Order: sequence, then C-alpha cells, then structure tokens
Amino acid sequence: MLGIIRQKVGAGGASLLRTRSAVSALRSYSSAGKEMTVRDALNSALDEEMSADPKVFLMGEEVGEYQGAYKISKGLLEKYGPERVLDTPITEAGFTGIGVGAAYHGLRPVVEFMTFNFSMQAIDHIINSAAKSNYMSAGQISVPIVFRGPNGAAAGVGAQHSHCYASWYASCPGLKVLTPYSSEDARGLLKAAIRDPDPVVFLENELLYGESFPVSAEVLDSSFCLPIGKAKIEREGKDVTITAFSKMVGYALKAAEILAKEGISAEVINLRTIRPLDRSTINASVRKTNRLITVEEGFPQHGVGAEICTSVVEESFGYLDAPVERIAGADVPMPYAANLERLAVPQVEDIVRAAKRACYRSKLFQIQGI
Amino acid sequence: MSLTSSTKFAQPLPLNTTSSRSKEHKLLFEPFRTNTFLGSTHKLRCFNSLSKSNQTNLHRRSAIVAVSDVVKEKKSKSSTNLLITKEEGLELYEDMVLGRAFEDMCAQMYYRGKMFGFVHLYNGQEAVSTGFIKLLKQEDSVASTYRDHVHSLSKGVSARAVMSELFGKATGCCRGQGGSMHMFSKEHNVLGGFAFIGEGIPVATGAAFSSKYRREVLKEADCDHVTVAFFGDGTCNNGQFFECLNMAALWKLPIVFVVENNLWAIGMSHVRATSDPEIWKKGPAFGMPGVHVDGMDVLKVREVAKEAIGRARRGEGPTLVECETYRFRGHSLADPDELRDPAEKAHYAARDPITALKRYMIDNNLVTEQELKTIEKKIDEVVEDAVEFADESPHPHRSQLLENVFADPKGFGIGPDGRYRCEDPKFTQGTTKHSVQRRSKPSRQ
Repeated sequence: MLGIIRQKVGAGGASLLRTRSAVSALRSYSSAGKEMTVRDALNSALDEEMSADPKVFLMGEEVGEYQGAYKISKGLLEKYGPERVLDTPITEAGFTGIGVGAAYHGLRPVVEFMTFNFSMQAIDHIINSAAKSNYMSAGQISVPIVFRGPNGAAAGVGAQHSHCYASWYASCPGLKVLTPYSSEDARGLLKAAIRDPDPVVFLENELLYGESFPVSAEVLDSSFCLPIGKAKIEREGKDVTITAFSKMVGYALKAAEILAKEGISAEVINLRTIRPLDRSTINASVRKTNRLITVEEGFPQHGVGAEICTSVVEESFGYLDAPVERIAGADVPMPYAANLERLAVPQVEDIVRAAKRACYRSKLFQIQGI
Repeated sequence: MSLTSSTKFAQPLPLNTTSSRSKEHKLLFEPFRTNTFLGSTHKLRCFNSLSKSNQTNLHRRSAIVAVSDVVKEKKSKSSTNLLITKEEGLELYEDMVLGRAFEDMCAQMYYRGKMFGFVHLYNGQEAVSTGFIKLLKQEDSVASTYRDHVHSLSKGVSARAVMSELFGKATGCCRGQGGSMHMFSKEHNVLGGFAFIGEGIPVATGAAFSSKYRREVLKEADCDHVTVAFFGDGTCNNGQFFECLNMAALWKLPIVFVVENNLWAIGMSHVRATSDPEIWKKGPAFGMPGVHVDGMDVLKVREVAKEAIGRARRGEGPTLVECETYRFRGHSLADPDELRDPAEKAHYAARDPITALKRYMIDNNLVTEQELKTIEKKIDEVVEDAVEFADESPHPHRSQLLENVFADPKGFGIGPDGRYRCEDPKFTQGTTKHSVQRRSKPSRQ
C-alpha cells in the first residue's frame, strides 16, 4: 500500500502548491495572542524546572559554553553554572550511564542527545539501566531522568541522522515516550517529564525548533504542566480520525484544512505521548468517525501506526467503516537527494489522499450495499 | 584460526606484554612452553616469561607505585605492627567465609533445581569484595556485575534476602524480580548487579557524580559518600571503561574502579584479549593513580582500598585498582570450564585467600583455631537458615507481574503533595487552539 502512495506522490507537484496557499490563508485568522517558538518553549521549561528544583541538572554535548547545538540550553550555563549545565565529552554510553547513576541517587538529570540518532550509542543505558531498574529492584530504585533531543528526519542529513525512534523506545516497558508538537506541548510536556519519577524519552523535532505557535497565558505560567499519557484533540471532526505526533501533527492539520474544503471533516489527534498510549481518546474518536488514518515519520513495520491500528481493531473493530490507513516513512534508510528524501517521509497530500480513500471507499460500499 | 594468523598475533607480545602476574606464576607455566595449541594462552605466556627483564623495568618507570609493594615495605619497617586488629581480622574472616559458604550452597541449590538461569559464583575472589566493602559506610555505594551475590552480602544485604532472590521468592531483596545477576538494595546502597559488560561502570560513576553534586550544588557539606565499582578484566577492553575513567578523573569524582582481574573473560584469556595486560597502568594514562595489588591477599587489598577510598572521600578524585585474583569455579555454573589449565587452577587454589588470612592470624597469634571454627560454624548456620528461609518463602503472587514497571504507575506524574498531578483540579491539558503551524524560521545552526 505504501508503495502505491509513494508513486502517486511522485507525480503530485500540484498538491504542494495547494498546501502553500492553505498556510498563507491561515495566517490571516490567527489570534492576536502571544506567540513562542518551540525552542523558547523548551528553553523556558528547562530554565523554570532548574530554578524550581536544584536537583535538576542538564548534561550533554555542547549544552554549556556552546549554548546547545540547537541553542535549546541558551543562557542556562550563565544562570546555573557549570556544575548544573554540564558539558560532557563525546561519549554517549558514558555520560548517559552517569546520568542514570545520578538519577539512582535522587538527582533529576536531563540528558541531551545532540540528536536522538546518537542515543544508539547509549541505548543500553536507556533500556537496561534506566527502564528496567525500577522493576528489577522491585520498586527500590526509581530513575527520574529525561533523555531529550531532536528526533526524526531533519533535512538533507542522510540516513544516519534521520531516523524516528518513537516506536523503538515506545516498545520498551519502563519508559515513557513523549513527542511534543507545539510550543504548548514542548513546555507542558518537558516540565511534566522533568518532574516525573520515571525515565522519560523526550523526542523533539529539529525542524520545529524555529516554529512559532500561539500560547495562552496559562501555558506561560510557571506551574503549567501537561499530563503524560494524554492525547490532545487538536481539531474536532466527524468523518475521519487522523492520529499524528511531533511534526506530523502540523501536516495532519494542514491536510484537515484541505479536506474541509472538500467537505470532509477530519478529527486530528495529537498523540503527545507515545507510551503510555492514550488508547481511550483514539478509540473514542474512531467510534465517532468510523475511519482511521495514522501518520508517522518512522518506518512502517512495528511502528506507532501498527500499534494504534491493533488497539482500534481490538477495541473498536465493529465501528470501523473502512480499512485503517497507515501512513509512515518509506521502508528504506533515508536517502540524501532532496527529491528522494521528500518521497521517503509522509507529505500532506499523502494524508489527504488516504483520507479521501477512506471516506470514498466507505461511500462506495454503502452504495453497493443499497 | 590459521597457523599464520596465530604467529602474527603472537609477534608483538614480547614488546608490550608485561604480565603483572607473580614470578612463580610464570615458572609454573614453563612446562607448557612446548605446547603449540593454536590460540591457546599457554604459548603466549611463554613469551611473557621471556620478557621478564622488560617487565621489572616497566614497573619502575611508572610514577605510580604498586601499593602491594608499599604494604611489603610497611610490613618490613614495622614488624611488630600488625596490619589488622583481632576484631578486624575476625570481621574480615567472617565475611569471606560467608561469601565462600554462600556460593558453595548456591552451587548445590542450582544443581538441585532451586535456582535457575545464569548463576555466577565468586569463589576465590573473596579478598576483593571483603577488602573493599568492609571499609565502606552504609551510605557508600557499590555497583557490581553479574557476579554480585558476595558484593551484596559484604555490603550488608542479609543472606536470607539474597538466597530468596536466587530462589525467585517474594522475600528476596528484589521480591524475585531481579534474580542472580540483578541484586539491588536501596537500604544498603547496592546499586545493582549489571549483566552487561561495562554497563555498571557509568552508573557507578553517576552515583559518584551525585555525591559531588550534593556536596557542591545542594550544599550538603557532610556528603562524602564514595562509590566502588567492581568489574572484571574483560570489561577493561570495553569503551565504557575508558569513557568513565576519563570523566571520573576530569571531574574528580569520588569513585574507586576495582578491576577483579581473574585472568579469564569466560573462555577468553586476559593476555589473549588485551594489548597491554597491566590494567592498572591505564589509571595514570587518565590522570588518576593506578594500583596493582595481590587480590588473593585480603590485607593487601585492604591497605590499597583504605588509601583509594580515603582519596575519594577527601575529594581528591578516583583511583584505578587492579586486583590480581582468580575464580575457583567456571564462569557460571553452566560453564564446563575446559580451557583453563589444571596447573593454573592448582596454583591459585594454593593461594586461597581465606586460608591465607587464617594462616596470618594464627601465625601472629591474633586468634585461635577455635575462634575461627566458631565463625565457620556460625556461617554454616546462617547459610542453612538462608536456604530454609528461601525454601519456605512464598513465590511472588501473580499480581506482582505488572507491579514496579513505573515508580508512577499511572504515568501522569506525581506532584509535590504526593498525589497524581492529573487529579489536581488546577492541572491542565492545555487549551490553546492550534490551527496550522505558522511562520517558519530556519532552525538549523
């Protein structure tokens, strides 16, 4: 199925234009409220949590004097000093393990991976030392640690630097996996992650760092915090449910705009947490719309979409009016060439097409049935 | 392995191999000089013995003195001053006998089907665990490997709790959820047995980091807790070892890296796996003292340990200690142990650390034979009691299966009042309405 989608995308230059016009149209009606970039949201969340709890510290490569490879930790070294904003050598296995050991002893480390691709060098400590300790020690040793950094496809950086790890970490019991989309998510979820007593994998997206989002006064309050394990319905709809996380939420919202013009009302769910997965919100939505499209940047096999599909088949099979559509990254390592790279990750038009297919197909069935 | 590759492999050894093993050890292996078994360590050791002169030079050249020599000096200078008091001697003896008796019982219980999976026994290495851990305070931490029963016992976890854990019972120190290779005790600061090579070293370094952090950032002036990380010779070829030596020295962390060099990583001989078998020399390379000590002599280990732990506690940074020791049994109870020479085993069996301590104490009139017998009898009873306790203890209830995956089982975060944040009426899901993401700025640096 994916292969077919890809082929169609290859010929779809026109749909890109449509997407662009949709974006510019939306600018006109955004609220006049305050805005914040995801970068500032993350930075302020770190700042506030470090200021509230002296046990919180940040460690990683270039987090201090360089101000963060992506400037997420900008200004923190100056404010909190080198003891709490710790520049480490380039030794992921070593410093991740050190973070875990510090968390064993009640500190609250935030370990930054320059990108999550480098967490592969330290995955032993994320899985074996962090995720399993509370269980192996029968609750004696909890590991309040946050592993954070940009995840997923960036642009033009090739296979080793473009990889979504959401489903990898989400398949491991003992970890909580958060995937913020907006500035509100970034602030609320990072603050929740730092305060959480368990290891949290916090998957940011490099391409979202510079995006601005509207934020309410509530979001800017230093006590603001989002619940882990709870999805957010970003846009209500009645014809089809689209689940997405991280950057793909933006794509799903764009697709929903396009679909609205064609008379299809899409409900967009921002998953926010991949583990624990908010199955009840997803199933409630599917029971309402009777159609489901899952969107993710990661590989299709054993992915987040596969898990959501299973959950819906298990809990809401009778409500489905169309086969579940799964949109995922192409089942290949990320190519470098820009045109191939674009083909390898989901695009807005893929979502639009899948939504139409889900809806039209069910209409067709109805006609045949009558 | 082909004949040619074997020859190539052996070639550089006389140049950079300076075995830290004792002289008699090399003599012991003279008979094997003619053995040409490919890939065997026998042949390689012959090269060691050829480079004897080279070796002594290297020892001299290093700025770091092997502390076992210091102990010898101290002994000769003050022959009347014993290294331990009677009470200390009895404590050490009891701990070592407990370690030995406990492990022997484990073997019995394993073969009787009472415990399962991988069970790695510590027999022969007791001087290391006892020599270090008995100098630690309760607040000090110990990180171990899969060979972790005895480290836990030395640190104060009861024989009952460890045995029950091995039996997979609810009364075990981890309620049966950890097992042989994963002993944890928050109360005794046993940070766990880590079943992967090198995995425990960064975690231990992190524990040491937290001591420093608590003292310097959280201003807990009295926090002088030390962490001791135990690991084997095989681990010293793993990157995490080097990564942590670097960071521990860089940040002057209160940690002691203790290599229990028992010569064998399962079936891989240390000299066949390591370009320079003298592990202690890697300490100075990272700017920390490196010490080599006879790990079959608890008193020497203890002297070295005192110095290293003291250095860590004073905030003067880490130490790397290589303890030359030997395991009397196979790698695990599933290991047929076919690669090690009977002569090598016999050599170390004759250097049994428990017998050595006994001899020292009796020779110096510290204790009587009877006093030691009393301890042995007491330990037999402790171990018997542990087995009975474990046997009679209940299996974990099936409801336990899903417990302890998260410290916060709901996954919603716990507030300062100890209640779930999501139950707080002021808690929010976030109310901002998003339409589409807007206004992109280039985000890459």
